[in-house]
Amino acid sequence: MLYAILCYNQEDVVCAWSKEHEDSVMEKLIAVQDRLSREGRLGPVARLMPTTAATTLRKDREPPLVLDGPFAETKEQLLGFYVVDCESLDGALDVAKDLGKANPGGSYEIRPIALFQPGAAGA
Amino acid sequence: VTDFGWIEGAIAAARPQAMAALLRYFREMDAAEEAFQDACLRALKAWPKNGPPRDPTAWLIMVGRNAAIDAIRKSSRETVLPPEELLSDLEDAEAEIADRLDGSHYRDDVLRLLFICCHPDLPATQQIALALRIVSGLSVREIARAFVVGEAAMEQRITRAKARIGVGDAPFEDARADRTRRALRGRGGDDLPGLQRGLFGQRQGDRGQAAASVMKPSAWRALLLRLFPAEPEMMGLTALLLLQHARSIARFDADGAAILLEDQDRSLWNRAMIGEGLALIDKAMLKRNPGPYQVQAAIAALHARAPVPRTPTGLASTCSTRRWRSCSPRR
Repeated sequence: MLYAILCYNQEDVVCAWSKEHEDSVMEKLIAVQDRLSREGRLGPVARLMPTTAATTLRKDREPPLVLDGPFAETKEQLLGFYVVDCESLDGALDVAKDLGKANPGGSYEIRPIALFQPGAAGA
Repeated sequence: VTDFGWIEGAIAAARPQAMAALLRYFREMDAAEEAFQDACLRALKAWPKNGPPRDPTAWLIMVGRNAAIDAIRKSSRETVLPPEELLSDLEDAEAEIADRLDGSHYRDDVLRLLFICCHPDLPATQQIALALRIVSGLSVREIARAFVVGEAAMEQRITRAKARIGVGDAPFEDARADRTRRALRGRGGDDLPGLQRGLFGQRQGDRGQAAASVMKPSAWRALLLRLFPAEPEMMGLTALLLLQHARSIARFDADGAAILLEDQDRSLWNRAMIGEGLALIDKAMLKRNPGPYQVQAAIAALHARAPVPRTPTGLASTCSTRRWRSCSPRR
């Protein structure tokens, strides 16, 4: 079963990380990702630019409305995601816990994937 | 050690809003600064122990305010506040204040703070120095370096600026969003290039470290774009800062001498920052409302994208044929 692990955290805090802190977190995250890769369980991984670079298309009207943001009032923002192949939710939680140890703070939302097309863009 | 990295980031990110809110409470720059510093000290003690609060900004505001009020009370009669544990995240004590301090409150506060720092009685150099000190929390040394003056001179300049605002009728009450936005737009033309000159146009610096340490584009992005999420000029300015900053390491040689754009080692440029700058200018151009910062950012974007140096004629023609051709300038 494929699971999406959606990473939420306060982007202002994450963006203000020092280079040293950023490098040390990335190094630990890559160690976890390498292990998953070797086991053939790691799908696409993405880190998103901050929400200030985001645009929203409201498509509930014609013509659709183009908005800046999201600038939702939420404390945490979606900053990136992993796609991981796991036996069960338990397994996915284990992966999320390992990632969380490498990068504490914020939260991971774990969502089973209903339809997955790996695509070829950026490959 | 990583804990402290996190705390440092959280405090830096919270600073403009927290300082602005504390200034609203105390209406005095020194009191607000002291309250903020007090809150930071308490955060360094409390956060590693209790874990990060749900909303660091609200935590700092509340603890800073309480600590300052406590100090004021203490000087008249001995009244102690409840222990810090009760103020911490465990009780979710900041939830209420966090709800009240929504985005628009923050915005008015931060605008007020910016305008106090950019008080018309102050000369431009003092305005910028004060804003960097108060809003962005840069050290006097960092600011002195950016302006290429001595530390003592900068210290004096900032103290003088603060004193001047203290006695004048600082615009504590005026933060109507529309008016300030108009004013900011008018002002942007004067102040921010001055700041940029201060930050980027300098001859010296140990391998660009001066510029790199002074300018944290993430802080500006958080400040400018949170305040004006839909303002294309703010997107342009933030894009410009990101694109300029991305090249800072390549800008100076080992002896601190400037390296011209065409001679820079492009592999040293920060690709992530360039990517974000390009995304922002792309988004700004979608609004078809060009202005000076967007044009500058678009030119910087062309340089940043180019694998080899661009010629000026190539630049000029690319600029004029870009998506703006059909738009009229905004002023």
